[in-house]
Amino acid sequence: MATVHVSEAEKVYILHGIRDDLRVDGRSCEDYRHMEIETDVVSNTDGSAKVTLGDTAVLVGVKADIGKPRPAVPNEGYLEFFVDCSANATPEFEGRGGDELGTELSNTLYKVFNNKHSVDLKSLCISAGEHCWVLYVDVLLLQCDGNLYDAISVAIKAALFNTKIPKVHLSADEEGGKEIELSDDPYDCVRLDVENVPCIVTLCKVGHRHVVDANLQEKACSVASLIIAVTHKGTVTCTRKVGMGSLEPESIFEMTQVNASGRPFMLHS
Amino acid sequence: MTDTTSGVAMAGSSVPGVSPRGGHGTYVDDDKLTASVAGEVQRVDKLICVRPLQTRFNGEVGDVVVGRITEVQQKRWKVETKSRLDSVLLLSSVNLPGGELRRRSAEDELTMREYLQEGDLISAEVQSVFSDGALSLHTRSLKYGKLGQGVLVQLSPSLIKRQKTHFHNLPCGASMILGNNGFVWLYPTPEQLDEGAGGFYTNLQPVGLSDREVISRLRNCLLALAAHKVLLYDTSVLYCYESSVQHQVKDILKPEVMEEIVMLTQQKLLEQEG
Repeated sequence: MATVHVSEAEKVYILHGIRDDLRVDGRSCEDYRHMEIETDVVSNTDGSAKVTLGDTAVLVGVKADIGKPRPAVPNEGYLEFFVDCSANATPEFEGRGGDELGTELSNTLYKVFNNKHSVDLKSLCISAGEHCWVLYVDVLLLQCDGNLYDAISVAIKAALFNTKIPKVHLSADEEGGKEIELSDDPYDCVRLDVENVPCIVTLCKVGHRHVVDANLQEKACSVASLIIAVTHKGTVTCTRKVGMGSLEPESIFEMTQVNASGRPFMLHS
Repeated sequence: MTDTTSGVAMAGSSVPGVSPRGGHGTYVDDDKLTASVAGEVQRVDKLICVRPLQTRFNGEVGDVVVGRITEVQQKRWKVETKSRLDSVLLLSSVNLPGGELRRRSAEDELTMREYLQEGDLISAEVQSVFSDGALSLHTRSLKYGKLGQGVLVQLSPSLIKRQKTHFHNLPCGASMILGNNGFVWLYPTPEQLDEGAGGFYTNLQPVGLSDREVISRLRNCLLALAAHKVLLYDTSVLYCYESSVQHQVKDILKPEVMEEIVMLTQQKLLEQEG
């Protein structure tokens, strides 16, 4: 992530504030910053969304393409994630600087969505073993002020909600192969069911307490964070720990309780 | 020599001018003088310049700045002040413990890091400007020096009004340093008012909850005023603070609440002037 320098005295101030449940901007440890979600922002994609969480801005575009299904699961489509940390966000991402963070974010997204319940992959199948829909999800980081995982997961959920996949008509042609026709009508499309798409909640451990939605300064004072992907029903799809510090088992349990009680709110456009 | 501002120009708009050549911020396009940046037009006799509003900090002698130490070098520190070049704080320009007039020894050089490390915040005054534009700072007064616990807000330098003093002890219960470079430092008012920030000992005692609330509220008010491009000085910040009292601290950053508070502040400022 982009780094910010904090002096020792500032760290002490932030630590004591979090201990007393009053962060620098007046939030409590479980409050999110102001979030704005806009969908359908990029015209040449099948679905897109832009999310601003405080000063963090993320743009997601979803493009649907027809491809060959994976050999292990012939009657399912799949999702491909690519995260681009643009140099607009911070000069550290210039050139290849943002590649490491981008690969880390995409790998986490693969893990989060690697289960049968998040997205109904069977609905993406066109003909078993031969054709299926592949959803290419491209994430672009516009501005970085901490809490990238949460903003990205909300943007992906909104973009998938906004995705319109054209309806497909299969017909047999002369040689016995299958011919695919896409309907030309822009309104004749299939929408995805995004109810079970998980959202990621990042909990940063600062001192002895954990905070939700940490900005860069609070991140500089924390040693470890726990990333939990959870659906609206409460099913956890992925957990990851990042950072160099260690977390005690009790604090992990405490964090998951917080997570269960406070999930981000959703705005539908 | 007349130095009058005559309006605001936008990048690409033509600037009414007699001379074919203009000063900074202008260029000649088809024999017409055009502004290359968005800002205010300044005329000095026949020379026309456009001073941009969105720019890095251009320091002048006597400006008060708040900066962060980025490097510790031989006999000097490099300070980040959001100007085009890092500012310089020479070892001979700081007050060392043990009296002002002590000659700097080799030991002082080796123990520079004990006084100011990378990441520390300082308040200083611009002593001079080098030929390349870099600022030379000094903390040779008890009111300048290393900053302790508090909150730093980074804003645009053109929003800070030039005043006689940039150190304010606000009646709401916190103190503020409005750095000319756009860095505003908010900190709890020290109990002993004669103990200036010139010392290098930082007080790491936990700050009380009421002081914290005041500081957080001030921070959010500053961000609200900056978002609406209101000139920042002690009165405007105070009016904004008073207008925000009925809202919760964390709500101040919501766009609707921000607009409401800034409108009330601007009304109060107009009443005060008129």
